[in-house]
Amino acid sequence: MQRNPQLNASGELQHLLSIEGLPREILLQILDTAESFVGVTEREVKKVPLLRGKSVFNLFFEPSTRTRTTFEIAAKRLSADVINLNIAVSSATKGESLLDTVANLSAMQADIFVVRHASSGAPFLIARQVKPHEHVVNAGDGRHAHPTQGLLDLFTIRHYKKSFTGLTVAIVGDILHSRVARSLIHGLTTLGVPEVRVIGPQTLLPAGVEALGVRVFHDMREGLRGADVIVMLRLQNERMRGALLPSAQEFFKHYGLTEDKLSAAHPDAIVMHPGPMNRGVEIDSTVADGPHSVILPQVTFGIAVRMAVMSIVAGN
Amino acid sequence: MKLPEAEQLCEQLARELKPIIGPRSAMIGIHTGGAWLAERLHALLGLSEPLGLMDIAFYRDDYHEQGLHHDPKRTRIPFDVSGRQLLLVDDVLYTGRTVRAAMNELFDYGRPESISLVVLADRGGRQLPICAQHCGARIEVPPGMRLRLTRGADGKLALALEAARAA
Repeated sequence: MQRNPQLNASGELQHLLSIEGLPREILLQILDTAESFVGVTEREVKKVPLLRGKSVFNLFFEPSTRTRTTFEIAAKRLSADVINLNIAVSSATKGESLLDTVANLSAMQADIFVVRHASSGAPFLIARQVKPHEHVVNAGDGRHAHPTQGLLDLFTIRHYKKSFTGLTVAIVGDILHSRVARSLIHGLTTLGVPEVRVIGPQTLLPAGVEALGVRVFHDMREGLRGADVIVMLRLQNERMRGALLPSAQEFFKHYGLTEDKLSAAHPDAIVMHPGPMNRGVEIDSTVADGPHSVILPQVTFGIAVRMAVMSIVAGN
Repeated sequence: MKLPEAEQLCEQLARELKPIIGPRSAMIGIHTGGAWLAERLHALLGLSEPLGLMDIAFYRDDYHEQGLHHDPKRTRIPFDVSGRQLLLVDDVLYTGRTVRAAMNELFDYGRPESISLVVLADRGGRQLPICAQHCGARIEVPPGMRLRLTRGADGKLALALEAARAA
């Protein structure tokens, strides 16, 4: 049997490429470690010396502001040196191959590569090529996975709901193009959430999504009934090929989260969104800014989760 | 080999600390054994400032060999350490590396007026220039053994010898 490419010979996390295939113990180790880092981010000196002298290369082959920034802050709070590379405007446009780019950066003594790429599987390709002391963290690859976003969603859910057992989690919107949804679904099922629902129009649900262990709803009110956690996804205009939707207004009417639709959920439900939000498309401003919303805490927790991931992989 | 009674050492330490407690005193225990001892001393001394607890996982000097320790606890220091006379509490003083890490972490919270080290037992074997100002007992530990504090289901503290894990 082939070894899990994310784990080393002792079964410890060497790279973070996807939540799929990670054992429950490792997911919990990351969440528990992140909990300790939340304490660090709340004090006067928000830095620990763990990655002093290490170099973290942020390789973003696709634009991103929030994810890149939070990785950068996380690496700096671990005392690493951070180098940001926007490859979209760099060597790739001059024709250098992905693996040549990585080999060159490796020659510059990189320790961690944080990779965002439009092609699914690119971080796996890099992880296969790097030296034993180098680590790869997937910051989003194509439609495939966005494991640190999934982990910060799991962290946020546990923070507000205290446990995963007994929860109903509803993920709403463009599941088809969403790597966030895929990562989160794997995490939720691994951690024992008994009911995971996906809600969206047929055209935005991947074929065979039920095989991931979720219940499918096309009617939003029905899908939200009694939900403890609602995860709204961004309508991904830039990934949309062909006419999957009549219009953004039409989408909002059926699948936009309004106070009225929210009332079908559990009274203590939390509302999450990975950002960036399209207000008035998938979520109404009154909900995004309302008392159920934990969208901004998600961003803050994202820093602690990324600190946990980088400090765990770099130590293994 | 007969180990001293941890409960008695604890009361003895509290008696020793009583006269030096002042308005700027505050106590911080190091997870896990030091936290148990600190909880006990904090109650015996009736300190007004809440107890601080710290986990030094993010400051250890063996991270590059050992990696990050699993399940680090969250450091919680519920007061401003600046200008305080801190009593830093650990169960067993050995190489001194834990205390060094703890002091580094403390200075990321502020600049205390002073730090005194309080330990239940000193087993020698220092690798750094660190000593305890208040020490319950000096205990010779046979090579390959580890001395640590345990807490029973009834909350009773006891010292125990066990085989050291291959680090």
